[in-house]
Amino acid sequence: MSEHIEQSSTNEENINQESTEASRRKFLKFGVLAAGLTVVGGGLQKAFSTDDKKDTTGKKVKVMTTDGKLMEVDESHIKSAKHCCSSSTESREGIPGKKFVMVIDLSRCKDALKCQKACQKHHLLPEQDKWLKVFKMQETEETAPYWMPKPCLHCDKPPCVKVCPVDATFKRSDGIVLIDNERCIGCRFCMAACPYSTRVFNWEEPKVPEAFANATYSPETSVPRKKGTVEKCDFCPDMLRQGKLPHCVAACPNGVYYFGNRNEDSVTNGDETVSLSQLLKDKAGYRYLESLGTEPSVYYLPPANRIFPFKDREVEGDKAKENTEKKG
Amino acid sequence: MRDIIKPKNDAESIEMLRKFNQDMLPHKFGKIGKAWVVFLLIVIAFGLYNYVKQLRFGLSVTGLGDTVSWGIYISNFVFFVAISLVGSLITAVLRLLGISWRSPITRIAEVIAVASIVFAGLIIIVDMGRPDRLLNMFMYGRIQSPIVWDVIVVMTYMSISVLFLYFPLLPGIAYCRDHLKNIPKWQKWMYKFLALNWQNRRGQYELVKKAEVILAIMIIPVALSIHTVTSWLFESTFRPGWDSTNFGAYFVAGAFMLGAGGVICAMYILLRFNPKYNQYITFKHFDKMGRLLVLLSLIYFYFTVNEYMMPGYKMKGDESSHLTELFAGKYAFMFWSVQIVGMIIPICLLFFKRFRKPFPMFIISICVIVGAWFKRFLIVIPTMLHPFLPMQEITEASKVYSPTLPEWSITVASLAGATLLITLFVRYFPIISIWELAEERGVDHDLIYEHLND
Repeated sequence: MSEHIEQSSTNEENINQESTEASRRKFLKFGVLAAGLTVVGGGLQKAFSTDDKKDTTGKKVKVMTTDGKLMEVDESHIKSAKHCCSSSTESREGIPGKKFVMVIDLSRCKDALKCQKACQKHHLLPEQDKWLKVFKMQETEETAPYWMPKPCLHCDKPPCVKVCPVDATFKRSDGIVLIDNERCIGCRFCMAACPYSTRVFNWEEPKVPEAFANATYSPETSVPRKKGTVEKCDFCPDMLRQGKLPHCVAACPNGVYYFGNRNEDSVTNGDETVSLSQLLKDKAGYRYLESLGTEPSVYYLPPANRIFPFKDREVEGDKAKENTEKKG
Repeated sequence: MRDIIKPKNDAESIEMLRKFNQDMLPHKFGKIGKAWVVFLLIVIAFGLYNYVKQLRFGLSVTGLGDTVSWGIYISNFVFFVAISLVGSLITAVLRLLGISWRSPITRIAEVIAVASIVFAGLIIIVDMGRPDRLLNMFMYGRIQSPIVWDVIVVMTYMSISVLFLYFPLLPGIAYCRDHLKNIPKWQKWMYKFLALNWQNRRGQYELVKKAEVILAIMIIPVALSIHTVTSWLFESTFRPGWDSTNFGAYFVAGAFMLGAGGVICAMYILLRFNPKYNQYITFKHFDKMGRLLVLLSLIYFYFTVNEYMMPGYKMKGDESSHLTELFAGKYAFMFWSVQIVGMIIPICLLFFKRFRKPFPMFIISICVIVGAWFKRFLIVIPTMLHPFLPMQEITEASKVYSPTLPEWSITVASLAGATLLITLFVRYFPIISIWELAEERGVDHDLIYEHLND
């Protein structure tokens, strides 16, 4: 620091009044910067040194590693690990080179709801908030009813993103529409704008399991969930980052869901990997409410030649029947 | 209620100004006035208590759910924005059209406008899931969102309306400052502060007049924008019932009708509790306002027919269940009551001169105001109950919407709050602009400058 002072004072002798002012300001800036660095440096040094000197308590704690080994470590060495990897800023950028698409084969769905259970479990959702809904659809009385699983359709022209006043919900380069629950102001305009009843709101303080209460929030996991904000199906970007399939796709026993990368024209349902364009051609794929122009990333294959007979849900059956008068 | 007398000479003019000033001087409330303020404060306190509850427990204290995610907070917001348009109608439109009878009621209209737009802003914050993140609107605001447009135009309208109320009020505040004796210190200080050292100078009047013309021209497009943009909050979605190109004009027409009703209601209450105003707000004003209300209601009727008739004729797939519910279903009673009691009957009655008298018009205006509130309810809620996908996989509670007690109390408190603002204004400021009234009656400008503060 003293070096800077000497330098600027020697300079001062040779220059006019104005630049004296300028250099004084410069000096002040340097000073502040230097002071700041000293504080930070000191802090770091302190942090390192305590780490080194810290005595072990002698108290051992049993922990399990990710590959299932039981270990014993000193209590003082335990630090809580981060739940997720992507920060809010990182989450806004998609996974490079990807354009995720889903194809849902309605002819294979028998309302097993394994997809929904996996979704609820992995996203820590309470019973009443369903990110993935399975609708009983019936176009008219004469036509057959069928089950229609509906995740977020991750539209390429998402009406929800268009209306968000604070950029809390956004479209990524890999096609995923996500929500930053630390930005959301809870105006619920996106819920009004979404024609697919996709979005759910945290009307009260969400119950977060203790293990996740202190997890670092990431829009890619939506954990821990936050009161007064909107959430929805996110295509499980945390799984995708690990090169795995979304939970619903992996959990489906009947291969209803195909998931993949449109850039590579390939989708897989876990059992078989097929060409996306060929699949849509062969089975006459379509997108739900195409006329709205939202360009969903989710395609449906018509419920023709179904592999299961239609069986109404036992508990909700009658209620569902009433509501199917309104159709897509 | 006497007819308007015009002064014949200077002496009469000066006498008239003095009388105006005496009549307009705000004075303490009587028992009814005080009881009214206490009543409003209790309603507001209960609403605040419930809002604190909402802050603690989240919006779960309301009847809202994932299906009906916008409820009476939003419809009440639309109501406030609608009624606030009257400020621009009476003060600006009538002014620019050179209609002179407006001068005793301009300030009433402007106070209603300011009070409503303030509470429109507050009630929209009440609706937010995260009011603590309000500043995100300014930190991360994105211009393509109609909410951001609404924030911009509502704040602009609020600023212009406050100035439009304040500038012509300056001579009145100055008069209170100089002539109100035996008032508490804070009140003296308030008048002194708000009067901005007003001295009734010609230059000061000229400045105010110039400012008024600029504001009158500015406020009209902004007023049209606030309600048009508010309608776009709905129109920008795909939902049946909101997906209508008629919405902007329909909202603006409804707003003018509601605003005129609001002013008539306020005129009657003022007269009822201060008979001195008889000489300023006369039968003539009720008659004129009645005619204006008929005109505005007819325009609204026209847009209402446009809004429902052809969609009802076509009965397009997604629209049909929504429209059927309005015409003949769950909301039919409310729908037809609002159309008939809130619009058709007022139009029919106001055609006749005998109904354009203060008391019948007061009753009619109440019908218009209440009808307009429920009309906004009908615009927001039934549409939310008709999503494209069937209402499955949600709780039974979110398949219906019935506002809860906290929700009602907060909503009613906001209405009480706006009413309290208007009431307190009448208590502390002259509600009729004396100098504008004097000008209307042909008093010479120089006399006004010289003698207004006598």
